[in-house]
Amino acid sequence: MYSLETKKLCKSFGALTVADNIDFRLEPGARHALIGPNGAGKTTFVNMLMGALAPSSGQILLGGDEITHTGQSSRVRRGLGRTFQITTLFRSLPVLDNVALAVAERSGLATRLWRPASAHKEVIEESQDLLAGLGLADDAQARVADLPYGKQRLVEIAIALGLRPKVLLLDEPAAGVPSHETEKILSNLEKLPPDIAILIIEHDMDLVFRFAHRITVLVQGVVLMEGTPEEIARDKRVHDVYLGEAHA
Amino acid sequence: MSGYSANPRIRWTEWLPWVAAGAFFFVLPEYLSLGARILIYILFALSLDLILGYAGIITLGHSAFFGLGAYTAGALGAHTAVTDPLVQLAAAATLSALLGAATGAVILRTRALTLLMLTLAITAILLEIANKWTSMTGGADGLSGVKVGELLGWFRFDLYGKTAFLYCLVALFVGWWVVRRIIYSPYGAMLTGIRENTARMHAIGAPVYWRLVMIYTISATMAGIAGALLTQVNQFVGLNVLGLEPSGDVLVMLILGGVGRLYGAFVGPVAYLIAQDYLAKQYPEYWYFGIGVLLIIVVLFARGGILGILDVFTRNKKAV
Repeated sequence: MYSLETKKLCKSFGALTVADNIDFRLEPGARHALIGPNGAGKTTFVNMLMGALAPSSGQILLGGDEITHTGQSSRVRRGLGRTFQITTLFRSLPVLDNVALAVAERSGLATRLWRPASAHKEVIEESQDLLAGLGLADDAQARVADLPYGKQRLVEIAIALGLRPKVLLLDEPAAGVPSHETEKILSNLEKLPPDIAILIIEHDMDLVFRFAHRITVLVQGVVLMEGTPEEIARDKRVHDVYLGEAHA
Repeated sequence: MSGYSANPRIRWTEWLPWVAAGAFFFVLPEYLSLGARILIYILFALSLDLILGYAGIITLGHSAFFGLGAYTAGALGAHTAVTDPLVQLAAAATLSALLGAATGAVILRTRALTLLMLTLAITAILLEIANKWTSMTGGADGLSGVKVGELLGWFRFDLYGKTAFLYCLVALFVGWWVVRRIIYSPYGAMLTGIRENTARMHAIGAPVYWRLVMIYTISATMAGIAGALLTQVNQFVGLNVLGLEPSGDVLVMLILGGVGRLYGAFVGPVAYLIAQDYLAKQYPEYWYFGIGVLLIIVVLFARGGILGILDVFTRNKKAV
């Protein structure tokens, strides 16, 4: 059984086809990358996986259960987490609260009306542990908006981990981060729990080839090929459509 | 400031409104009816702050619940033998909660301007019903002769408004306590999350729509109780509790005091109603002009409302 699977997933906007019969499989504990040139349909694919966009046809399965028509929040509760390409945080709230809100949702405490939030020690301690694991322990009380961008990217990851996902979609985790800080993001990604199946969408090829064990190449809504980083790096077609362009 | 990093302990400044209300009772006994009105509008503004200030639901129709509560208490007191004030209050709370849940379930799927128009439409419909259903509501003449029995079978609503003032004060205190608990709870923190970034709340698995319907219902219940109090204190209810005007008034009060900060709902109605009381005596035809000027000054120079001005002096401390 696969952690995440799509069967003949299609999406068209009028005459424009942005996903064309995508068959995709994510193994348990996978470190899988989705790459492709701009406009290849990567973001559309992620949005369909998360339920933000309804596919035109095809199926999506999470841990063997069909979730094609399941709502976004219920997919999250079933173990599908994500980070955003453009930081999507509670900017005026403290870093701790950003993570605690996710932890509280996951543990079903978010609708408690009476006992103060700050008295929920179990939520706060778990959030602090997650932040400490990502090297953000000293920033817990800072407002997110006051953090440097690289750290904001890590808060994105901390929030996703607060959901204890079985499958984690990382949408360009290093987007907008200065190159000397990419290393820090990567080292944190490498420390993520091995039982989480991770799909990463990323433009930074160094990061992709160091992090991923398998790579899928998407071009104009079609899966061009899938293989190990070595196979991808050797493939002539990939060079032509993608790497040639990127490394030019 | 609420949430997981906040200290929920009650600060000494938070007792000031209650000390002030107590002092008011003894020092200004001739103004007790104005005082009771202020307390009722504070409760109304507090209910609005819960959805507008914390959950970020923009509404011009909050008078729908205030008005329904007011007419529920009025109809019971005028047409039936149910004169026990607490029973009337409970009936008003129940009907307002039902209306809040029913309308919230429909309109909270929309947002921004659409939502604003729908909230306005609902209170406009209720206003028209109250206007036309004269046998029940008295129509444009209002419903007079609302009978309100003794409170707990013991305290009569006296001519000087002492019982009414204390009754409203206790109701407001309970309302404040409940709202404060909610704001500092995980649920309150979650509401702030919805206001701050709805997309992120979806992505952490929160069923945002249901959460909004829930808080909308709680808020509607409180507004209905405030409306019922107004009827009981005046022993009269008229059409001015429904429609755009009372919705706009309470919104202006909240903006004057400061949105999303709990005590803005206390300061705003005090400033508004005292200004209104004074201006209406001095310039009976133009008192709204004075309120308008006050609002413009606050919006231009004090975006956080009157309490926002106080922040400037306590810059280094946390917001009250």
